[in-house]
Amino acid sequence: MFDLAAAFSSAIALIAGLDAELFAIVRLSLGVSLAAVAIAAVIGLPLGAFLALARFPGREVVLVALNALMGLPPVVVGLAVYVLLSRAGPLGSFGLLFTPGAMVVAQAVLVTPIIAALGRQAVADLWEEYGEQLRSLGAPRRRVIGTLLWDGRHSLITVLLAGFGRAAAEVGAVMIVGGNIKGLTRTMTTAISLETSKGDLAMALGLGMILLAVVAAVNGAAFAAGAWARRVSG
Amino acid sequence: MTSILPLELRGLGYSAGGRRLLSGVTVPLRAGMRTIVLGPNGAGKSLLLRLCHGLIQPTEGGLRWSGGLDEAALRRRQAMVFQRPVLLRRSALGNIRYVLSLRGVARRLRQGMAEEALDRFGLGELARRPARVLSGGERQRLALARAWAVRPEVLFLDEPTSALDPAATLAVEIAVHDFHANGTKIVMTTHDLGQARRLADEVLFLSRGRLVEHGPAAEFFQAPATAQARAFLAGELMC
Repeated sequence: MFDLAAAFSSAIALIAGLDAELFAIVRLSLGVSLAAVAIAAVIGLPLGAFLALARFPGREVVLVALNALMGLPPVVVGLAVYVLLSRAGPLGSFGLLFTPGAMVVAQAVLVTPIIAALGRQAVADLWEEYGEQLRSLGAPRRRVIGTLLWDGRHSLITVLLAGFGRAAAEVGAVMIVGGNIKGLTRTMTTAISLETSKGDLAMALGLGMILLAVVAAVNGAAFAAGAWARRVSG
Repeated sequence: MTSILPLELRGLGYSAGGRRLLSGVTVPLRAGMRTIVLGPNGAGKSLLLRLCHGLIQPTEGGLRWSGGLDEAALRRRQAMVFQRPVLLRRSALGNIRYVLSLRGVARRLRQGMAEEALDRFGLGELARRPARVLSGGERQRLALARAWAVRPEVLFLDEPTSALDPAATLAVEIAVHDFHANGTKIVMTTHDLGQARRLADEVLFLSRGRLVEHGPAAEFFQAPATAQARAFLAGELMC
């Protein structure tokens, strides 16, 4: 029978020992996922807002496709990015494969549909409330998008967190395009996967606990920031 | 600057979901007069305002502004105050600066103009306050200040006081008076007959989606021509 206490003690030992390798892995995981969410936000939020407001033939098809892309399997994204970035691939000249850069690209591809689809819903809800007023004020389309994204910032924070959660939790894409290279592209999830296959379940579970704690800390920070902003700006 | 008034409504109507909600409204809206739109609930008062303001496109008839301006230019000459104003998630001052920037006012002028508008409506102290935490009366005054800042030629008000207490209602009525005194055409709906008597120069009386009566306020209140208007003024329940 597997010993949960051993997992706890190995997690605590790793943290208490100020294990340099562990901290490098945590830093890389956080850095890659946050960078991916940032890129996905820059693309996905305006795209979502545009889809919330625009009416064009085939819009429903685009929306269904976008919602379906939320369920993209990470390994498929990893494989596609791998093909694109490999030496012989169309983007091979950048030499990104098996670097953190490639992992950021793969996770950004994974997260952008989530942020665009959930962001679209948040902006559409806000438009219900704001639409008449903004049209009455004479706001042109581009200003409307900016205004709705800014005024929807409280709910859009949650959208970004959903994207971050997806990025931080996935293993398939970073494993394929990063290669789980020790000291270079090893993240929390690929390390857990590796320890599990090596049979060191206590270590794997300990890493899992640390990953959960990191994700919880990011969510807690975002929640506190949101609560503060709500108090200040209503 | 040529005036966009009078606004000519010609056989204006609107149907939705197979129901005719408004039809055959033909009337000129002239400068200088405060036009109060009266009628029972569901008569089409708010709809008429939205059609005039261009928020909804008519399904029959049409409306023509004077001056031959395009849609965007016409919009810049109008403002509308809603029953429940939508204020942006920024300060009271920021809400007014926002609309000034939409109207193309130079950045360096916005602050002064926004402060002037807030002061006029007694909101100077609240300039830095987030607009969304203001009280109902303060929010409506901010909506009026936002309209004031853009110096509209026509101001539409849709039941602006129906959610307000007497003091806040008085502030709105004073504001309507100020707009009028500054040459802004007022087109307002209300279900408060006392308020209509205080403010109206002319009355449009709607019932069941039709313009039933139209004329000077004094005549309408003293000697309504139709049975529907008489019943409405007598406070009878209408369906």
